[in-house]
Amino acid sequence: MAKSIELVHHPETIFIKPSTGLAALNLRDLWTYRELVYFMIWRDIKVRYKQTMLGAAWALIQPVLTMLVFNFIFNGGIAKVQTDSNVPYPIFSYTALLPWGLFTAALNTASRSLTSNQNMVTKIYFPRLVLPLASVLGGLVDFAIAFVILIGLMIYYKVTPTPAIWTLPLFLLLTVITALGVALWLSAINVQYRDVNYVLPFLTQFWLFITPVAYSAKVISEKWSFVYSLNPMAGVVNGFRWALLGTNTGPDMNMAISIGVALLFLISGLFYFRGMEKTFADTI
Amino acid sequence: MTTAIRVDHLGKRYRIGAAQTKFRYGMMRELIVDVAMTPVRLAQALMGRGMRGSGATSFIWALKDISFDVEEGKVLGIVGRNGAGKSTLLKILSRVTEPTEGTVAVRGRVGSLLEVGTGFHPELTGRENIYLNGAILGMKRTEIESKFDEIVDFSEVSQFIDTPVKRYSSGMYLRLAFAVAAHLEPEILVVDEVLAVGDAEFQKKCLGKMGDVAQQGRTVLFVSHNMSAILRLTQEAIVLKKGQLIKRAPSQEAVDFYLSSGQAETGERVWEPDEIPASAAPFKPIALRLKDKTGKIADTVRSIEPVTLEWEYQLDAPLTGLRVGLYLSTMRGEYIFTAFDTDDAKQYEQFGARKAGRYVSRCTIPADFFNEGRYSLGVNASSFGVRRYFMDENALSFNVDVSGAPGMQWPEPRQGPVRPRLNWKIEKVE
Repeated sequence: MAKSIELVHHPETIFIKPSTGLAALNLRDLWTYRELVYFMIWRDIKVRYKQTMLGAAWALIQPVLTMLVFNFIFNGGIAKVQTDSNVPYPIFSYTALLPWGLFTAALNTASRSLTSNQNMVTKIYFPRLVLPLASVLGGLVDFAIAFVILIGLMIYYKVTPTPAIWTLPLFLLLTVITALGVALWLSAINVQYRDVNYVLPFLTQFWLFITPVAYSAKVISEKWSFVYSLNPMAGVVNGFRWALLGTNTGPDMNMAISIGVALLFLISGLFYFRGMEKTFADTI
Repeated sequence: MTTAIRVDHLGKRYRIGAAQTKFRYGMMRELIVDVAMTPVRLAQALMGRGMRGSGATSFIWALKDISFDVEEGKVLGIVGRNGAGKSTLLKILSRVTEPTEGTVAVRGRVGSLLEVGTGFHPELTGRENIYLNGAILGMKRTEIESKFDEIVDFSEVSQFIDTPVKRYSSGMYLRLAFAVAAHLEPEILVVDEVLAVGDAEFQKKCLGKMGDVAQQGRTVLFVSHNMSAILRLTQEAIVLKKGQLIKRAPSQEAVDFYLSSGQAETGERVWEPDEIPASAAPFKPIALRLKDKTGKIADTVRSIEPVTLEWEYQLDAPLTGLRVGLYLSTMRGEYIFTAFDTDDAKQYEQFGARKAGRYVSRCTIPADFFNEGRYSLGVNASSFGVRRYFMDENALSFNVDVSGAPGMQWPEPRQGPVRPRLNWKIEKVE
């Protein structure tokens, strides 16, 4: 018996046993595998635009084209949408399209991250959180590329950033938290129910309608403003416009609600993901 | 001596879905029924009953009440036929899946030669894949950097290290993947059937690496169907049968026990009733046999002699458009051929529609066909465009001995799964 007692008490010993109750988050494990997160992001970026003619230019083309289409439809071509504080419509919509593009790309790739790396999940141990996390963070590179256009637009329209620009990383963080939180739920569900693949396009489209990307949040009537602020992306978009263009009044009660909802998504998603994690290799 | 692995009353239960009778009569009608049943399935899913759980969900224990210890620096063999629970055990030890009951205590990093090449991305170069794969296997960046040259040397692909691996031959790909896995230097190494992968030379290299690992005082778990490899490389072995540990003994004794208890792979695969999904009905596989020239069931056949393959099955109801056939593939998973008993048009006219009853479909693979190594036979019974009744991609595996085959005067492994005796003519041209 002496031998096994030694094994049991050895600091390097790993115990493998059925997890019970609410799975512990065990984020320390994720920390030990931080380099894998880095390498997965690096892999995704390396291969993202492989064998495309336009390459990384796609990171620019997508938001710019959407902005041009929006501009045509909502800025006089078909309808006339009122912007905040008379900011030119192109820069008004592009400021929102930046976090929105990050959000949808992150949500889509992260929700599919487990199923698209099926062979890793069924063959090797690593904290499964690595996959959705790396997918979400990988979107930041495209965001950075697309941001260059925004700087160009600001120079062209002579918009000076507000002193609140330092808060921009915080709104960026809010985007990442929201995308990750929702993706944790969806990716874990996707392991068993591939219905998620069909829900995603619908979900992102619906979500765009309830986010003030093409229009201003001012058009929302007072009666609905609470319900509207339950959407964390509404908070993100308003925050982006406030920090960059100086529109709106800045963080208020609605913003606090947005942040709260985003954190709720993240924390509940983490627990749900951790709870389902043990069955991933068997049900995927 | 200290204990490296302690397995204590380990059990793993899998849920097997209820009998699936989807898409049996024709697509359109079934699709309509499928759509109409959606609310029912949704309700069941929300109540946590799982997909298509029509109440008849059942469980199987892939492992039950397994306990054993392994001392540091020991090489333990694990034998058992397909489905005995060997892979499940290794999956639990490498933490891919969680046990249903019991505990395992392992000391140190568990590495595996089962996962060679997992996470390799075809668009990335060899160099990039070494870093990526190393990280996936749990190596630190600095660790990969310090071993990088060694890995490249071992893989013998240094010339192509900056070429995307999608341009690699399958051999190069495998060598590179193995080289990364082999340099992980885990405290505990798990090897599953790796000997069946790759050419003979490569297999020798794998075995050598395994020997090195054991000599450095690290622990190895070795799963194989190859009894001589078990005898050569392990001191002790455990025998698994239907998820239970039925024997632990010095290797020679364990192998003798395994072979004499009649569960070894013998060139015959018999389907037990619980191995046949209900969805196969009315088709019922009985046995798949491999026979040598003399008509004896054999696990090892000679390349220079013809081999007969026969599949016995029962039809509980008449079937039309039926074809019963075989897949032959290498253990690496490359297909060599697919053939059906009614491939011939005349044969199809006569046997496409078959009455209920017991049948044998038999064919002969001519002499001088196989190269050296291990091959896998899969089976398939279907009506084209209507339904697949039964399929098992890996029903039986067997060895081929090449003594007497062409080119044996050169003691070298030959590339490729076939080794035909070609009619060479050599003439001198002025």
